[in-house]
Order: sequence, then C-alpha cells, then structure tokens
Amino acid sequence: MSELNELYQQLILEHNKSPRNFKKLELYTHDADGYNPLCGDHYHVWLKLDGDTITDIGFQGSGCAISKSSASMMTAAIKGSTVQEAKKLFEKFHTVILTKIGDTISEENIEELGSLGALAGVREFPARIKCASLAWHALNAALTKKDKSISTETEKN
Amino acid sequence: MMTIENEIPYSQEKIRNDFPILSLKIHGKSLVYLDNAATTQKPNAVLNAQDIYYREQNSNIHRGVHYLSEVATFEYEKARGKVKNFINAADSKEIIFTAGTTASINLVAHSFGKTFLTAGDEVIISAMEHHSNIVPWQMICEEQGAILRVIPMNDDGELLLDEFKKMLSSKTKLVSVVYISNSLGTINPVKKIIDLAHHAGAKVLIDGAQAVAHIAVNVRELDCDFFAFSGHKIFSPTGIGILYGKTDLLDQMKPYQGGGDMIRSVTFEKTTFNDLPYKFEAGTPNIAGGIGLGAAVDYVNTIGIDAITEYEHSLLLYGTEVLQQVNGLRIIGTAKEKAGVISFVLENAHPHDIGTILDREGIAIRTGHHCTQPVMQRFGIPATARASISIYNNREEFDMLVRGLEKVKEIFG
Repeated sequence: MSELNELYQQLILEHNKSPRNFKKLELYTHDADGYNPLCGDHYHVWLKLDGDTITDIGFQGSGCAISKSSASMMTAAIKGSTVQEAKKLFEKFHTVILTKIGDTISEENIEELGSLGALAGVREFPARIKCASLAWHALNAALTKKDKSISTETEKN
Repeated sequence: MMTIENEIPYSQEKIRNDFPILSLKIHGKSLVYLDNAATTQKPNAVLNAQDIYYREQNSNIHRGVHYLSEVATFEYEKARGKVKNFINAADSKEIIFTAGTTASINLVAHSFGKTFLTAGDEVIISAMEHHSNIVPWQMICEEQGAILRVIPMNDDGELLLDEFKKMLSSKTKLVSVVYISNSLGTINPVKKIIDLAHHAGAKVLIDGAQAVAHIAVNVRELDCDFFAFSGHKIFSPTGIGILYGKTDLLDQMKPYQGGGDMIRSVTFEKTTFNDLPYKFEAGTPNIAGGIGLGAAVDYVNTIGIDAITEYEHSLLLYGTEVLQQVNGLRIIGTAKEKAGVISFVLENAHPHDIGTILDREGIAIRTGHHCTQPVMQRFGIPATARASISIYNNREEFDMLVRGLEKVKEIFG
C-alpha cells in the first residue's frame, strides 16, 4: 500500500473533499476548458488578471481525486502571483510529475512546489499523470488564449 | 447469507488453465481480470492456431497457386464456415471479415447509406449505443440528409419500446441497436425490435459485440438484416471482426472500400466487382486473426454457449449480491434482463481512483464512460467503474473485488 499511500496523501484527499476556489468567476478576463476525452474528466478554469497579476481564479467541473486536488492546489498556489510566476510553477510541476520512475527528484524541486509537492507520487502511476496535469493545461490555454479548449490527448508522458 | 448455489456446469480449473495470462501476478497479486467487456483473454487453442499459421501456413490467400497459399486460403475459408455455423447464417458468403464491430458498422453505414438513404429518410438508434453505433450514423445521415432518431430508456436502463413504436414510419429505413449494452449490461429485446422494424419496412442491424461470447446468437431466428461483432471480445485476436448480412441486401449495396480481392476485372475505364463476400473484403485481410477467430468459435463450442450463459448468469447474480452489500455502492444498469456487466459508482470515490486502487490489488476493471457518453449523461454521472464477466471468472474473484473496494473506502472514507 505504500505507493498508494504516497499517491493518496491526506492533503490530496482533503483538497478533493473541499476543493479551494471551486467557483465560477462572474468577472474574469481569461478562461478555458480542460477535458480528457478518454476518461471524461472535465474542468473549466476562470482567471481575473489585473495587469500581469492573477487577482482571482476559480474552477469547476468533475473528475477524479487526483485531477480535482491538483486543480484546487493550483488555484491556491497561483492566486496573487504573476503570469510568469504561474507559468514557471507549471513547468516545475510538470517536470516533477513527468520524472521517470526510478529517477530521483531533488528535495529542492519538491520543496519549491510547496503543497503541490504532495502530487509527486503520481509519477508512480503513469496512467494518472494526465489527471494531475489536466487543470494546468487548461490554465495554460487560458493564459496563452491560443485555443480556449484544450485536450490532454496531446500530453507526452 | 448467500442464497445462490455454488455449482458450475464445467470445470473452472480446466477453463482457467486454458488461458495462460490468468496465472500472471500483477503488483505481486494474482491477476483478477474483470474487464472482459473491453476485451477477453485468449485461450491456448487460439494462440496455437495463430502460431501454427505464421510458422507453417503463412501465405497470401485467394491468389497464389502454390501450396502454402492453398493451405492459408483453406484455413481462412474454413474459419468463415465456422462463424457461419456459429451464428446460423444461411450461407458463408453472408459472413464478411472486417477489422471489428466498428468497421462492420461503418461498412453498413456507408454502403447501405449510399445505396438506400435519401433526404428525409430516418435511421433509428438507441440511447445506450456505444459511440461506434452512433457516430457512423451521424456521419452518413449528415451526408445523405437523413434524420437520426434515438429510442429513449428508463432509469433501469431498459429501452422504451412504446416510444420506439411511435418513431417507426415509412420514413424509417434502418434501425441499429445494441444487443447487450457494454456499460449497463442490459439485454435488449432485439427479436421484438426486429419484428417491429420489419413491420414498418425498415432493415435492422444488431451490434452484437457484447453478445456473441455470452449468449447463443441465431441470425436466422432473429431475422436481423445485419449482425456485427468483434473477434477480440470472443477470445480471438484484435483486428478481426464479422459483419453478417442477408445476401439480397449485400448484393444490392455498393462496395465500401476499393482494392484487391473485391474486384472481378479492372480496366482504367471500368471495374466490375467480385461476388459476396469478397466484394466487401478489399485488400489482404487479417488472415491469422480470421483463423484465430475460427479456433475461438471451436473453443466456445467445446464448452457450449448455453453452459456459458448459465454459468455467467449465476456469477452475475452472485457479483450483484455481494457488490450491493458494499456500503455506498450503487449499481448503474438494473434491467430485468442483464448479462455479466456490472457498472457501479461508489460514494466519495471517483471511478478512476477506484480503478487505480484495485489495480494495486491485481484487479483489472474498466473505469470511465465506456465510449457511451450519452448513457453517462442520461444517468447524470461522469463515469462508472465496471466489472465484466467471462467464463474464467469465479465467485472468489468477486469476493476479492469486494475486499478491494473496502480498501478504496478506507482511503476515501
């Protein structure tokens, strides 16, 4: 059960049960859909930018504990940060969860992620990595505004 | 507490020994394979038939005059004959080899559609169809200007036949419904549906993907016009499937794909097409797959399809009973007539999380929408967890599933 305990840590279960910022923003500047057509997980992310600062963020939708807690922790982590900081955090997060099983991740890397580091255990479960990154891809799509609807099917594991 | 007798109509041990994969350990635990609606495992008889083909018979069919080509052609056509007998078709030429159920349905949608559908005509499907029996019809209806209609279902996952009757009219050209729902387990009253459709002058395709390995299929008794299924859901390799069609209809239908084997003569001015079934079999087919399917049919016949139905039904009752005792578990799909498919949701735990935790116990189930998104929408859920039965499953495995679900509940509360 050790890998399972690593995956389903208390912090993740708690965010799953009571997700933060689980709301639609009435006033927003950016938004996008995150959808995994293979499993049906579906979230919508709304952002309010003031200049370069993310002053408010919300998400709604449904999915597994991993996708929901990741979305929740993401919103908590980037609320108040700049777009550049949010993108940098996404890169760091992505690097950690895509680190191959067996390869070591430095403590420093995990620490930089703050509570999001709790999701590092997902790399032991390759089929679940895209659950952890779904909301992040939606965030990225909202910020870059290339395409409002994104899909995890372009994810490279 | 268990009221169901613990008898099985044949030796479980022998059956399990026929499937080498069942002795695997997954994450250190014995494999409990309950994902048979997705694909079934393969018995030695099928693995050997494929192996012998590639080692001793490999050649292209219907072409060469050399020995190996004759042997390969003979074995491939023998498999076609076995399938014909298995579903009681009138003639082997009504048995078309395809890549699977999806390919079979696309063939009919395209060829029947291009031949018979015109603007204003109607095609009827049901609310519990797999995406592969929805999308091809949407595509051809859009192309031909035809209208797609959907038979609704009740909260137990049973089709509303009274609504179906109201939909039928002289505009109805084709009805395409699933025999057994892959996400709900419902066994639809297809004989009644076929009779009603015929009365209105419509043709009927039955999606038999979830039926062939579990209940006796008799296409002449059903009187369906088309019947589609995949080999891999009946112990055969992937990439092989069957379309059964009545001769007179197939004769009238335009070919689907052009290429080798489906022609009689080709000049740059005009091509004439081959006879059935080859008219619909362009290109070198999956020969080993066809031979494997023939071996799978033999395998099912040695056990007996009626014995399989009976055994799986008793296992369905057992599985349903033990799962219902899991607190917070709700079964989706509670039709009176059901096959060995148990879809469920669990309070506080998403199906994907259930699937991951069970996997660590060596238990393979399917989680998600099962390519039936409209069914999920109908029941107001994003996904289900699904345990689906085959002949090699047993009660002990359902007990293990229940213990696995208790672990899910320990984590998710």
